[in-house]
Amino acid sequence: MCRLALKSADDPFSPYEVLTAMEAMREGYDGSGLGLLLRGISFEDFNYKPNRPILSGIVQSEAALHRLNKFMEDRGFELRYDHEFDLDRRVLEVGDQYKYVIRVYRLPDDWSSKSEEEVENLLMHTRLDLRRDGEEHDGDLTVFSFWPDVMMIKEVGWPLQVGDGLSLHDGRIKARVVMAQGRQNTNYGINLYACHPFFIQGISTMTNGENTAFVPIRDWLLGLHKPGYQGYQSDSEVFTHILHYTLKELKLPLQAYKHIITPLKTEELEKHPSGDFLRGLRDSCRRLIIDGPNCVIGTLSDETCLMVMDHKKMRPGTVGGRPGCWAMASEMCGVESLVPDRDRSLDFQPMREHTVIIPPDRKELVIWSQFDPYPLAQAA
Amino acid sequence: MESIRSISVGPGSLTYTDFPWIIEHNEDRCVLCGKCAAVCPMESLELSYSRSRVPKLDILKKKRQSEYKVVVGIRQKTDTAHRCVGCGMCSMVCPNAAIGPRYNDNEHRTVFFADKKGDPYKRGGRKNQPGPTLLDRIVFDRISMLTDPALDAGRHEFYMNTVLGRVLPPEEFLRRKQSGEWIPPTREIFPFIIGGMSFGALSPNMWLGMLQGVAYCNEVLGIPVVMSTGEGGCPPWVLRSPYLKYLILQIASGYFGWDEIIRAIPEMVCDPCAIEIKYGQGAKPGDGGLLMGFKVSKLIARLRGVPQGVDLPSPPVHQTLYSIEESVGKMIQSLSTLFGFRVPVYPKISATTSAKAVLNNLVRNPFASGLCIDGLDAGTGAAYNVSMDAMGHPIASNIRECYLELCKQGRQNEIPLFAAGGVGKNGNITQNGMALIMLGASGIHVGRYIMQAAAGCLGNEKNRCNICNIGLCPKGITSQNPKLYRRLDPDQVAERVVEVFLSIRTEMKKIMAPLGRSQSLPVGMSDALGIADAEVAKRLQIKYVC
Repeated sequence: MCRLALKSADDPFSPYEVLTAMEAMREGYDGSGLGLLLRGISFEDFNYKPNRPILSGIVQSEAALHRLNKFMEDRGFELRYDHEFDLDRRVLEVGDQYKYVIRVYRLPDDWSSKSEEEVENLLMHTRLDLRRDGEEHDGDLTVFSFWPDVMMIKEVGWPLQVGDGLSLHDGRIKARVVMAQGRQNTNYGINLYACHPFFIQGISTMTNGENTAFVPIRDWLLGLHKPGYQGYQSDSEVFTHILHYTLKELKLPLQAYKHIITPLKTEELEKHPSGDFLRGLRDSCRRLIIDGPNCVIGTLSDETCLMVMDHKKMRPGTVGGRPGCWAMASEMCGVESLVPDRDRSLDFQPMREHTVIIPPDRKELVIWSQFDPYPLAQAA
Repeated sequence: MESIRSISVGPGSLTYTDFPWIIEHNEDRCVLCGKCAAVCPMESLELSYSRSRVPKLDILKKKRQSEYKVVVGIRQKTDTAHRCVGCGMCSMVCPNAAIGPRYNDNEHRTVFFADKKGDPYKRGGRKNQPGPTLLDRIVFDRISMLTDPALDAGRHEFYMNTVLGRVLPPEEFLRRKQSGEWIPPTREIFPFIIGGMSFGALSPNMWLGMLQGVAYCNEVLGIPVVMSTGEGGCPPWVLRSPYLKYLILQIASGYFGWDEIIRAIPEMVCDPCAIEIKYGQGAKPGDGGLLMGFKVSKLIARLRGVPQGVDLPSPPVHQTLYSIEESVGKMIQSLSTLFGFRVPVYPKISATTSAKAVLNNLVRNPFASGLCIDGLDAGTGAAYNVSMDAMGHPIASNIRECYLELCKQGRQNEIPLFAAGGVGKNGNITQNGMALIMLGASGIHVGRYIMQAAAGCLGNEKNRCNICNIGLCPKGITSQNPKLYRRLDPDQVAERVVEVFLSIRTEMKKIMAPLGRSQSLPVGMSDALGIADAEVAKRLQIKYVC
């Protein structure tokens, strides 16, 4: 089963810290891959402005790099920074990747007149077009994200080894939020796109466990014919898209996510102050019920972090920390490793009704229960 | 040598070896109590006596002779009207196990003479195709093993209900909720539904026993089982009772029973579960329902507002409507209006190649609440042999293609599909039902299995019994003759209904747990299905396994 770790702190820190937490949780899993997502980024050798999109991916050949360059130039993107990892190929399990891409771009001039929503859609379409281009060329170009202030690294292999191979310990990249997944190969092939965390328009989640409701959820999302709802090379990729659908398409508050993926029972809703609305929401979104067992950890564009459990709570996650620095992990020892100087008695393991939220101000944890009134006028 | 004309053998003469069932009688054990003849619904047995020669062999005397003794026993009648149907009631009542029907492996010459008086052979609805069905052959092979151990069927909490009623797409639901507009009604029900078997086709004891069992499941056990009334309404007191909420009222092309329903509306204490508009029945497309005159008793005549003892054919189509499109538009809307838009209204059609077209019409109709598709294996009442054997569309591929059509449109959440037709005909009710659910059905209608499991219906797929149509049901399940239906105790039927649903619930857990499912019914979870038949796998878009 996969290992998950997330740290959110006021002061930027090296992603390598999170990899050491993965190492603490190493028992009982195969370490078949690493996925990293960083937000609130700062580079040692570049003054990064957080409104500039960062392209993250892997290029497998020189030809692919040329195509990438041409593609971005043709669209009017101006390259501002190209991060060169200090690679140690002897350590990397996959030593033949041509280039790990972390590039900062300046948006095309004519985008300045566009609305925020239009820009968000264009960014997503750019990523999708690049992905398609890679797929058409034997997978020589893999793009994980293209979004302001988000950086993603994925590679096959043992997480700490990947971190060493990319020299993530050198302190050249730091971030305020880092989420990492140590991947356990499940019933799908080892594929970079199948590695967590997943990302769409600033929203990202990662998961442990197996999503047994994957096929019905995937079929339904595909049927929506929304751009971006595609790929699905992992059974858990749909969790990210459900969160995106909840927040961006339905424009519901974050609390609705829990009600959609693990709705309350009818007899519980009968007593709930917003029961009638929530029952309708459950019926409408019935295809999106996750059956787990999963712990879902995610982050949003404003650096909000969240953790929810599925209904069965067979893979309990833990949250702990102190004002200004919080950690979430799939095992308690992961939290221990990330924020050792905290009051352990305040650690929290969400039950099946909870959503744990670390707000962007990081002052205190918000523990929200599904039994609480639903925070929307619609429900009244 | 005698002349041919003087032998009493005509073109239609048969001997008992020509019949599908041969009554075997062991005269040594028979105590001549006569119970077998009394209980036989077909009057196939007659008490008779014969003279038997007993050779007298006295070796020491030269004179030899025979003695004769009179033997009293049973004789099987050899006219088709009194044929043995193999129900086996005789052996059930025999105190000495001296009698019973044996299936005749020889050819059944009766098939050539089943058209007496020019009327082709009719029987109670069974396809009579023994052996495992396609549904029986489907296996669930996505056992959760790698990253997660399988769930524990005995320990976990399972949510197994399904939704009957139209479900809005999430965006539309939120919009309507915000603007205070009408939201279509939905019901949360158990996915195995007792399918439409009418009060008339079934005896009062059977029907009320089922209702009692359903009420117990709901009110005591919390399993929200519902049943369809079939065409023929239901007793007026039921319409005015709180049990109405467990009933799907069916309206079919004969509109039987609807006078009583309309009259009862002002006095209804609750809404019915749903309204089912029957456009077609899988077992007999082109025939419509037929309640034969034998079964139109005084009570049934009163409920249906017809004279006693006349045949009650329902037309195969709704005669007042021009087309299925019009039906969908008009009937669904008018019935929704009738119940104040508080009750889901959905059609039931025969599985056909046009099911997908009907479905697409329903998707566009904002008042349509679902679609029940009835495959060719179904049927409880009278149907012509040829209709049952050769007409219609099997349910598995039909439900699958309808579900995939909805998937393509991203609307599989909106119009729930219900499948019927031969589910559980070999006893594998939960396995068959869950296979259909994973192929895309939201629920299953079960008729025959309930009759067999809850009331001991004797029919099988080798043409055993199958005389539901003529009102002579040996168990009293489908008879309106009080002498016969008093054989059936409604309390015992209710008890069996409850036992059946409790078992189905347990078996569902045994299927869902290893698949890792506990919180939602695995509708459309086709990655869990496999079959050792490459062509079928391709057609249903499931895995080929062997």
